[in-house]
Amino acid sequence: MTTADALPHYVDSNRLEHFVNYEVVGKTAIRVQRWRDQWKIARRQPRPNSPLNPPLRCVAHMKEIMSRHYLEGRYASGVRKVAWVTSGAPTEPLQALGYFLVYPENHAALCGVRRKAQSIAEEAEHAGWSRDICSYARTDIGSMISGQTPAGRLPRPDMLVCCTNICQTVLHWYRVLADYFGCPLVLIDTPFLYQEAHDHELAYVKRQIEDMICVAEEIAGKPLDHKRFEEVMTNAKRGAELWLDVLNRSQHRPAPMTAFDGFIHMGPIVDMRGEAVTVAYYERMIAELDERIERGIGAIKDERYRVLWDNLPIWFKIGEFSTWLAERGVNVIASTYTYAWGELAPMIDPDHPLDSMARVYLHPVLNRSAGHKLDAMKRMVDEFEIDGVILHSDRSCKPYSLGQIDQRDRLVKTLGVPALLLEADHNDPRDYSDEQGSTRLEAFVEMIEARA
Amino acid sequence: MSAVAAIGIDAGSTTCKLVAVDRGGAIVGSRLEQTEPRVEVQVRRMLEATRAELGVDGEVPAIATGYGRKLIKDATRNLTEITCHARGVFRDLGRAGTLVDIGGQDSKVIQIGDDGRPVDFMMNDKCAAGTGRFLEYTAARLGVPVEELGGRALSTNQEEAISSTCTVFAESEIISLIARGADPDAILRGLHRSLVGRVVSMVRNVGIVAPLMLSGGVARNEAVRRMIADATSEDVILPRDPQLMGAYGAALLGGTA
Repeated sequence: MTTADALPHYVDSNRLEHFVNYEVVGKTAIRVQRWRDQWKIARRQPRPNSPLNPPLRCVAHMKEIMSRHYLEGRYASGVRKVAWVTSGAPTEPLQALGYFLVYPENHAALCGVRRKAQSIAEEAEHAGWSRDICSYARTDIGSMISGQTPAGRLPRPDMLVCCTNICQTVLHWYRVLADYFGCPLVLIDTPFLYQEAHDHELAYVKRQIEDMICVAEEIAGKPLDHKRFEEVMTNAKRGAELWLDVLNRSQHRPAPMTAFDGFIHMGPIVDMRGEAVTVAYYERMIAELDERIERGIGAIKDERYRVLWDNLPIWFKIGEFSTWLAERGVNVIASTYTYAWGELAPMIDPDHPLDSMARVYLHPVLNRSAGHKLDAMKRMVDEFEIDGVILHSDRSCKPYSLGQIDQRDRLVKTLGVPALLLEADHNDPRDYSDEQGSTRLEAFVEMIEARA
Repeated sequence: MSAVAAIGIDAGSTTCKLVAVDRGGAIVGSRLEQTEPRVEVQVRRMLEATRAELGVDGEVPAIATGYGRKLIKDATRNLTEITCHARGVFRDLGRAGTLVDIGGQDSKVIQIGDDGRPVDFMMNDKCAAGTGRFLEYTAARLGVPVEELGGRALSTNQEEAISSTCTVFAESEIISLIARGADPDAILRGLHRSLVGRVVSMVRNVGIVAPLMLSGGVARNEAVRRMIADATSEDVILPRDPQLMGAYGAALLGGTA
């Protein structure tokens, strides 16, 4: 007999589970864990042998926010409508309609950081998915098939929203999800931009967002509350602005955070943009970064060289790279990837939500030309006083990696900045060779040292 | 007082090299052996023999490079092959340019600046194609010793196309070609062409700043040198002892000559 069978008919078991396990027990346990983390960070003894300064205190809050988000996901089915969305999907109307959002890409990254991605991806490969497919897709499809996830459980989607502004793989990936879960799939097609968006392209994307809202309203069984929508848009804009401010704090010397920190702290802006908790979190983070700047505390103890990272992180190597580079006085202070969630903030206009959403979701760096990314990198080299660039040639992310050979070439030849093409994968350790990777990184650092 | 200013050790995947230099940067002693499984033991033995032979004490800095560099506990410091080859070749040939180093396990193209430091580099990807190992494995199928490879490849104008760049699949292709009665020298020529194709694409990627220079064990192979020259329409020049350039550069950097 299940718990649900034992309950009186007027008690909704899903709501009860959500209330007890998430609202009461879960949230409290996570809060207690945050207090413990804060206590540990506060009592942390200086580590003379570590090249890194202590982590930001706010990381305890970030862990709380993300843990709460994933925990709610475990109990969201039947309580809130659930949408699975791509990282570049126009989610603000869904949030305003009360949807719980799952970002499969972020979930796959979580698997990568926890070193679970390979074994989960292998589940998909055993079912016939090619190893040439993006490792995020393989990780999530493997998780869907096997139920394996470090998050405990992901809620079944009531709808899927796939936006092609990040890649074309998502188009096929989400069709697989739609087939598996048997739920509606809304596709938002974003024409690739070689220059600025034309009016007809903006109108085309806007119309698709309107269509998405109709489907989402029907599934949610209620109309979009425009006041709430405006509130979400205001939070989305503020959150993105604050995130951009967070990243730009690393223009200071020494930089108060590394790009590796950025990869971890971007969780809220990816998964919860449009929520007040995200705004509050980045306000807290900026206050702490400013405190560090004022006291001259860098993320690493001896910042001699400043490096820009291009492309997604290598999730399973973040900690190792961060320490190894810091030991050599190298601080990876900025990345084009984390910037992608902040740089479009000025385009968000809560007074014209649909028009500005069409514009924003057409303009992510991955939906624009290779020349645009090169210009952005050149600007960052200048603004962040960069000594070298690491371009992660990501086997999984073809759109991000396309053009990197020419971009590297231009950076070296026009700016005279040492630049390294590092072959790896964002989630699959089988596509990174430690011995060869470390030789290239060492040679890159030796080249920067030689210039100094 | 010893005349030796520093010792460089290049613990490569195929051969282990050791070079001692004096304060002027001239080579005063060198050793070259096939790499043994216990490279750290081998290097210690080579170091002791060199020190005894040249009357050097343990105070003289020893710089390690090559794939086994991190295993050499006796080394004062270790540096990558990129920095060391660049310095060795720059000192030997006395000029900036584009260096192609083809070793047993990897190949690299290094642009050397006016001060002898690497300005840019590129290495082969996670694959043995374009390395000395490619020739070694595939030629073994034909029963030809490594030293004879280049001469045999140049001895004919016939060439069998090897379409696979994968070392393992190229070997399968060779078996098919042999079964069809193809001339072994023509197969060897095709194998050289395949290797050079990979290397030249890296050269073009980094960009050619003349002259082209060649170092590493494969530089001793005349066919490789000529084919690179043909493919790039550039002169390809060699240092006096291309195989020792990594160890020589390491020694120079140790003595800061």
